[in-house]
Formats: sequence, structure tokens, C-alpha cells
Amino acid sequence: MGDVQPSPGDPEENRDPVDSEKKTREGNPTMRPVPETQNQDSKSAREDLGGMGMSVSDLNAYYGSFKAVTDVSMEIQANKVTALIGPSGCGKSTYIRCLNRMHEVISGAYAQGRVTLGEQDIYAKDADPVIIRRRVGMVFQKPNPFSKSIYDNVAWGAKINGFRGNMDELVERSLRQAALWDEVKDRLKESGFGLSGGQQQRLCIARTLAVEPEVILMDEPASALDPVSTQKIEDTMDDLKKSYTVVIVTHNMQQAARISDYTGFFYIENQGDPGQLWEFDETEKMFSNPERKETEDYVTGRFG
Amino acid sequence: MRETMIKLALTACAYLSILTTFGIVLVLLFETIGFFRKESIVEFLTSTRWSPTTGSFGILPLVYGTLTATIIAVIVALPLGLLAAIYLSEYASRGLRRWLKPALEILAGIPTVVYGYFALTFITPFLRSHLFPDIGSFNALSAGLIMGVMIIPTVASVSEDAIFAVPQSLREGAYALGATKRETATKIVVPAALSGIVAAVILGISRAIGETMIVTIAMGAQPIWGGSPLEGMQAMTAYIVQVVGGETPRGSVQYQSIFAVGSALFVMTLTLNLISYWFVRRFREVY
Repeated sequence: MGDVQPSPGDPEENRDPVDSEKKTREGNPTMRPVPETQNQDSKSAREDLGGMGMSVSDLNAYYGSFKAVTDVSMEIQANKVTALIGPSGCGKSTYIRCLNRMHEVISGAYAQGRVTLGEQDIYAKDADPVIIRRRVGMVFQKPNPFSKSIYDNVAWGAKINGFRGNMDELVERSLRQAALWDEVKDRLKESGFGLSGGQQQRLCIARTLAVEPEVILMDEPASALDPVSTQKIEDTMDDLKKSYTVVIVTHNMQQAARISDYTGFFYIENQGDPGQLWEFDETEKMFSNPERKETEDYVTGRFG
Repeated sequence: MRETMIKLALTACAYLSILTTFGIVLVLLFETIGFFRKESIVEFLTSTRWSPTTGSFGILPLVYGTLTATIIAVIVALPLGLLAAIYLSEYASRGLRRWLKPALEILAGIPTVVYGYFALTFITPFLRSHLFPDIGSFNALSAGLIMGVMIIPTVASVSEDAIFAVPQSLREGAYALGATKRETATKIVVPAALSGIVAAVILGISRAIGETMIVTIAMGAQPIWGGSPLEGMQAMTAYIVQVVGGETPRGSVQYQSIFAVGSALFVMTLTLNLISYWFVRRFREVY
């Protein structure tokens, strides 16, 4: 973190209980304005806390010598849902994994460029990927619950990050936010593997929420789910963006149109080229009156 | 016609190994029954005195010798093997792993007789001059320690397979919550591979219990109940070697006693294998 002013996700701050973290966040001048929420007495203690915006410039992502994504620049607005759409294999998943330094977990993979989270350059030399990932959580395409009980699946991330508050409360709140509480409240001690695919995915969302990151990345979270589960996950979005910034990769155009505020369209012009951000704008404009022809063709379902 | 012949040959080979096992068990059982016609099974299982020349057949001293060496071996092999497995799977680079794992498995190829002499001529003198001046020339400690080294490859290699098989998505899920590599390895990956790790350890224990040369050479031939690991003891397998290599006449009680001891060994390893089988099935995670 160097000499950067202590920002909300600073490791020390993160190890504090929710209350003191909240104080730090609200009193932090570098924070984006915290959105006003009408219902202050609402269920989440952290609901009045904002997400953090991200700024990406000239990002390139590689797998060894293969360049998968080229020159992406994008402003990700705090407390908004940003959807990433585009044909298969055009680098959306690779790109989103660069936003919390998960890309480099794959052997041989690396990224170049500048990505900032608030004031923090997440690719700075002294930036610790572990701390970045605490601040920028991720939900994956395939549900990947841990071989632990439902309760421990949610509690584990908070525990390793030094959470010292009321764990039962945090688990319940996270499961409620992920629209899973009612289905699992009587069997919290059972294994997470016993849940259906859709429930497992919501468990993974709850687990991410329990860490209270500032940004949540979702890589096609509903791609393997039934419509009811998809609906439930979509329903949580509006709630989520009150407290978090959300970036979601999706193949489902209707889903992008329904839930997102901004949409980025990724496209590969010629076979074998790296993917690039072809167009990025407010969702409404992207779906009604995009600037570029390929975007229009894609959102109207003419290809892809 | 050709196809039928090949199928027949393959079937014969498959059944041959099963029949051989079955035959061995039958012989073992047959001779054991013969032994228990002459000696009391209750005394065999409960007496703490083993003195075949005077007609005392209480197996507990032999079991004690075997278990003492085995427990020492597990104390050595469990932490070393598991840590080696975690290192190989989670920390070593792909290239290094490609070299290290076969190198580790070569340890399993060292003849146990060599281990035995190593324990007798190097470990025991070393322990005597540095740690325990009173240690016997034959003792359970050096046999157990070297047996631990012997089963490290089994424990490490089989555990490593289990740990390596944990899906990458589980590790990524932990990383995405801000877990460090160590937290991910110890709290997510190892628990997910637990059934395989337990199977590896049980396999190692089975090998230690059945191990013969090391205990024969380095642990001695004194069937003592409740001795210290610094003293000589006799393992079950070492007793069998002693009788087979000696001049005990066939058909005598003493000769038949080795089959009873062999049966006891068989029951012990079979039980362990069943526990391992049950554990793997019970706790295997389906991803």
C-alpha cells in the first residue's frame, strides 16, 4: 500500500470488526460519495456503505505468449452493475479475472496495464494480490463450495480475514442477501455439497458477501443454473449494488439488459486476434442505439 | 476363435491371482486351526508371555513389538509425508514436481534389507553416541525411525495424488476470498483431500505392519511385553522369519504357531484396508 492514505480495504482496517471499518469508510475523504439509502433500519449493517469504483486503462492479458485481451480501458462506476457481453472466447472471463488478480493464478498467465481500485493501483509492485482479492471478490461460473458445512462455507472467508463480530449474524445476513437463507436455515451444519447447483451458487455468492468486499466480480454466475435460481440471483442484484459495485459477465442479453447500468461489449474482429472492448456505454444506449454496427448485430441477436 | 483364445487367457490370468490369494488364505487358515487344536485361543490372544520353547504362546509381546515400531514409523512418516505432498502439489513448480515425485518414489524401491542394515549400523550407533547412551544394539526406535523413512514415499505419493486431484476451482474460490496460499492449502485443499490422505496413511501403516527385514535385522528377537523403545523387541514378522530360518521341525506346535501369527497379521492388515476402504467411500467428495 506504500504511502497511500489508508483506504477502506487496508489490511489493518479489514481486520477490524464491522463497526470500526464503517467509521473509517465514512470518514475517508478518498471515498466516492456514499449513496443515500432510504431505509436506514434495514437488515444489513453495511448497506449504507458504498462500493468502490475501478478504473482500467490499456489492460493487456496474456496466457504465456498468447495475447487474449488487448488495450481495454473502462471506468467501472461505484454502486452500479456493469455487464460484460460478447461472443464466446472473446476475453470477457480473462478480462474480469484481471480485475482482482485472479488471472495470474493460472500458470504462465499475466496481465499488463493499469487497474485502480479507488486510489490503489492493483498491479503496483507493492500491491498484495491477497489484499486486492479481499477487496474485490469473485463468483465463478461453476459453483465451487468448499468441503465444509453451509455455515462454515460462509464464515470461512470472514474468519481468515480476521472478522471478530457476531459470526452467526454475519452468516445469516450474507445468506439472506444471497436469497438462500430460507432454504438452508434449518441445515446450516450440513455439507455445502448437498445443495442443488443453484443453491450452491447462491452459497458462493453469500460466501463472497460475508467478506464484505467493495467490488464483486461475477463470471457468468447463472450460466449453469435453472431459470428459478437465475431469477433469484438476478433479484439480489438491485440490493447488492446498494452496498457493492458489481461487474458481471453474461451470455444472456436479456439478463444484461435487465440488471445492468453499464454494458461493455467484447469482440474479436479477426479470428486469432486478442479480444477487445468494442463498445462501452450505459446499458440503455447499448441496447437501443449503439455506436457500432457489430454491437447492434450482437445485441439484436444477429450473431453470437 | 483367436478372440476366444485371448479372452480365455486373460480370464485365466485374472482368476489365477484370485485363486492364489484364496489358496494362501486357505493354507493359513488350515494350519492355524491345527495350531489352535493344540493351544488355547484365549491364551494366544490374551497372554503376555511368548516363549515357544516352553510352550507359552501369548501373542501380545509380538503385537507390542510390531505396533511400537509401526507407531514410531507413523510419527515420522505422517508429518513428513504430508508436508512433502503439500509442497509437491501446491508449491513446487511443474518442472520440479516432474523430477521430485519420481525421485521420492525411488525411495520406495530401496530394498528393505538395506534399510535394515542402515538402521543397525548407522541409526542405532548414531542414537547411542548423540541421544541415548543406553540404547540396545537391537531396539525398536531405530527400526521404527527407518521404517518411517521407508513409508514416506507411500504416504507422500498417495497423498499427493489426492491433493493434486482437488479441483483448481476450489483453490480459486479460496483465493477470491482473500485467502493466502498457506490458508488455501491447509484449510481448503487438504480437508478436501482428506479421504485420500487417510487412505495413504493407512496404506503406509499396512506396509509397516507387514514389513519384515527391517525389524528382523534392527529390532532383535526378544519377545518382551511392555518394553521401552530403546530395548530390543520381536515383531510378528521377525518371529516368523526366526522359525522358518531355524531348525524347527515341520508339524510341531512351534512350527504351526507361525501360521497363527501370520493369520493375526493378515487380520490386522485386512482390517486396516477395510477401514481405509470404508473411509474413502464415506468421506470422498464428489466435485
